[in-house]
Amino acid sequence: MAINQTAAPEYAIEVNDVSMVFNMASEQLNSLKEYFIKLARRELFFKEFRALDHVSFKVPKGEVMGLVGTNGSGKSTMLKIIAGVLEPSEGSVVVRGNIAPLIELGAGFDLELTARENIYLNGSLLGYTKEFIDEHLDEIVEFAELRDFMDMPLKNYSSGMVARIAFAIATITEPDVLIVDETLSVGDVFFQEKCERRIQSFIDSGNVTVLFVSHSIEQVERLCTSAVWIERGKQRMIGPVKEVCEAYRNQFN
Amino acid sequence: MSATTDLSTTYAKSGIAKDVFILRQLVTKDFKLKYRRSVLGVVWSVLNPLLMMVVMSIVFSYLFGSNIENFPLYLIVGNITFSLMSDSTNAALWSIIDAAPLLKKVKVDRFVFPVQKVLFALVNFAFSLIAVALVMLWFHVMPTWHLVWLPVCLVLLMLFCIGIGLAIGSLAVFFRDIIHLWGVVILAWTYLTPIFWDFSLLTSNPAVPSWIITLVKVNPMYNYITFMRDIFLWQQSPSMTTLAACVLWAVVMLAVGFVIFRKTEHKFILYV
Repeated sequence: MAINQTAAPEYAIEVNDVSMVFNMASEQLNSLKEYFIKLARRELFFKEFRALDHVSFKVPKGEVMGLVGTNGSGKSTMLKIIAGVLEPSEGSVVVRGNIAPLIELGAGFDLELTARENIYLNGSLLGYTKEFIDEHLDEIVEFAELRDFMDMPLKNYSSGMVARIAFAIATITEPDVLIVDETLSVGDVFFQEKCERRIQSFIDSGNVTVLFVSHSIEQVERLCTSAVWIERGKQRMIGPVKEVCEAYRNQFN
Repeated sequence: MSATTDLSTTYAKSGIAKDVFILRQLVTKDFKLKYRRSVLGVVWSVLNPLLMMVVMSIVFSYLFGSNIENFPLYLIVGNITFSLMSDSTNAALWSIIDAAPLLKKVKVDRFVFPVQKVLFALVNFAFSLIAVALVMLWFHVMPTWHLVWLPVCLVLLMLFCIGIGLAIGSLAVFFRDIIHLWGVVILAWTYLTPIFWDFSLLTSNPAVPSWIITLVKVNPMYNYITFMRDIFLWQQSPSMTTLAACVLWAVVMLAVGFVIFRKTEHKFILYV
């Protein structure tokens, strides 16, 4: 299934036969008593929901791969598994290098803390060292264009301002693997362009492996070289971006 | 931009280094948020145990304290030690549920959240030691070399609390009942621990059944508090029995907590 069979260790992301099963309890059980009563009566039923069903693909180092599929097809679940937030029910995922997950920006942001304090908090969660943040604080602030508001609690920020800070921290260094999930739509048009330029510069450098998710099929075609199409948790197609996008579009006709 | 970055210092060298930095940031956050917008700020961490001691001294000295030397010191040492346990476990109880937004967004070692709460309680405890020092000064109790045991006692108590924290924090994700239950457990535990009463009251009273005496003796908090009182108040090294009990409880509780946490942590994200 892999696009490139040569040089096996050169894959930045390897998704090996991953399935994700969610147990949807038929009722919400939130107490011990209910649990034991149901257990004793053998009424503890779960509905199984397969969000991902035996998905496998590999992304070679430096490649930009798109992930397409309609709403609810399991794209976000796939990204969360690759980012390490979710653990797959079956199969395994190998990621070589540091990941910058631009899936959910601003993890750990506390609205009561100032922007400066939040940069350190968020930076620690992204795995940066304190020295690195000290050194690059100015750069982050510069990119977010929020120099005058650094010591203001985040709750006084607009959502656009919060997103700017979050994007600036996550992309301050060149990661090995970049996961982009439509976060480009943060802030105003000017900041969006700035974000796109930064991501483009990562792509151009050739060192960064990018996994790109978007509903805009044009954007995927423009940025990516190959693509995976996931539909209802099943892998439908994998290959060069043109062919996959063509097939994806044709399903609607 | 980023091309000039020296990669060797960008990312934490190991998982442990990353977790230590995360823990430091999280504990700092707790600390800042706790005292934000209070006039006295951190002084409350000193004042609180002092005020508690004053109240309890007034209430209890006529009941239990008549035969204990420096009863207020006896009280405050017992009280802050027990508070360290109750504060840290009460916070650890919520730690994983409260970390839901984080757990759903980033890859992070999940044990940091209960540990964060225990460390934060330790920071507060450090400030209450200032209160203890003030009380010792007031009663002219001179500190002795036995205080070198303090780190030993604190490390053991920390491990014990982390063990409980891991266990109840994990279980609370699946059964919110634990949250209600824990308040009752802490209350019962408070009365079963000689914080404001004297253990000799029990042993000297023939009406007390022996199983209650045994229960108090194996009570981990009785042992930790005895350890603390030995080094602060009675100015002696802890007895081998006390030390052994403290070590045993720390190891057992940590093991129990670790096993429960390890068995359940993979399912947290589906329930928080």
